[in-house]
Amino acid sequence: MTPEEEKEFIRRRRQRNIVVGLILAGFVVLFYMITIVQMSD
Amino acid sequence: MTSTTAPTTTQLPAEWRDFFALTKPRVMSLVVFTGLCGLLAAPGAIHPVLGFTAILCIAMGAGGAAALNQWWEADIDAKMKRTARRPLPSGRLRKQDARDFGMLMSAASVFVMLVAIHWLAAVVLAFSIVYYAVIYTMWLKPRTPQNIVIGGGAGAFPPLIGWIAVTGEITAMPLLLFAIIFIWTPPHFWALALFVKTDYADAGIPMMPVVAGEKSTRHQVLAYSAVLLAVSLLPWAIGGTGAIYGVSALALSTLFLALSVPVGLRMAQPEDRMKPEKRLFGYSVIYLFALFTALVADRMVLS
Repeated sequence: MTPEEEKEFIRRRRQRNIVVGLILAGFVVLFYMITIVQMSD
Repeated sequence: MTSTTAPTTTQLPAEWRDFFALTKPRVMSLVVFTGLCGLLAAPGAIHPVLGFTAILCIAMGAGGAAALNQWWEADIDAKMKRTARRPLPSGRLRKQDARDFGMLMSAASVFVMLVAIHWLAAVVLAFSIVYYAVIYTMWLKPRTPQNIVIGGGAGAFPPLIGWIAVTGEITAMPLLLFAIIFIWTPPHFWALALFVKTDYADAGIPMMPVVAGEKSTRHQVLAYSAVLLAVSLLPWAIGGTGAIYGVSALALSTLFLALSVPVGLRMAQPEDRMKPEKRLFGYSVIYLFALFTALVADRMVLS
């Protein structure tokens, strides 16, 4: 892997990690809210 | 373990945008809209958080099914100008990654629907994914010129699922919403196929204009538009909606039929610019948005 490719590799991996992290965090919040709503029924 | 060289795949991980593109975001916008309309038009109330969750599940299910569709059709997509630049045929994404992503999205959508909303909504969602990814994509699309009629069934599920998420049961009204999109799809898509038919012929997909001929396709567009006029009025006729929907449906569907008449009765000439077909296709998208908006407006005013 050339230095340019390695740089691109790291950039893509970081972006994917950020997106996956945001989605997981979103689901944590969503499940918390669903739980609260279901319990108050 | 023997080491083999991967021919076209690169070492680089795919961009997240390519996974997003795999979900067919533009199709998903129509799915979200019709699903939301089904949810809003249903009698009864759903907590906004649960309503959001239901729509999210419908969108994730549609995205997962779209990813599985592109995984299966990568070779076909590569042969068509319109689809050749999708992530798989262009080599930006590995096929097995698309498959796993589609499976994960589909499973997650059904699971969340099951635990958070309603078992029946989850069952219908699961069936809609299998219907699109397996029955339509893998089995019938490459085998019959009726593929668009069958595929229309897949697109017709969102309002049905949205409705069930609220009521927990399948009644005549959500089935009629299903029927409207089901009947709408063939004239919508065949209008498009009439002016892009060469592409599908090259890829070996038996589209109606290629198999049954242009004349037969045009007659069928007209026939479906006439049936659509009748079916779109049924929710009003059975008393499921008020006059706001009824009058809107009558006006919108009459215009749909009127635009189908020139498409149905003419034949393309050499150097034809296919204006009536493009006009009908453009209107058909507006039609669906307007009809479902009228449905929701009707319900908001009535309640």
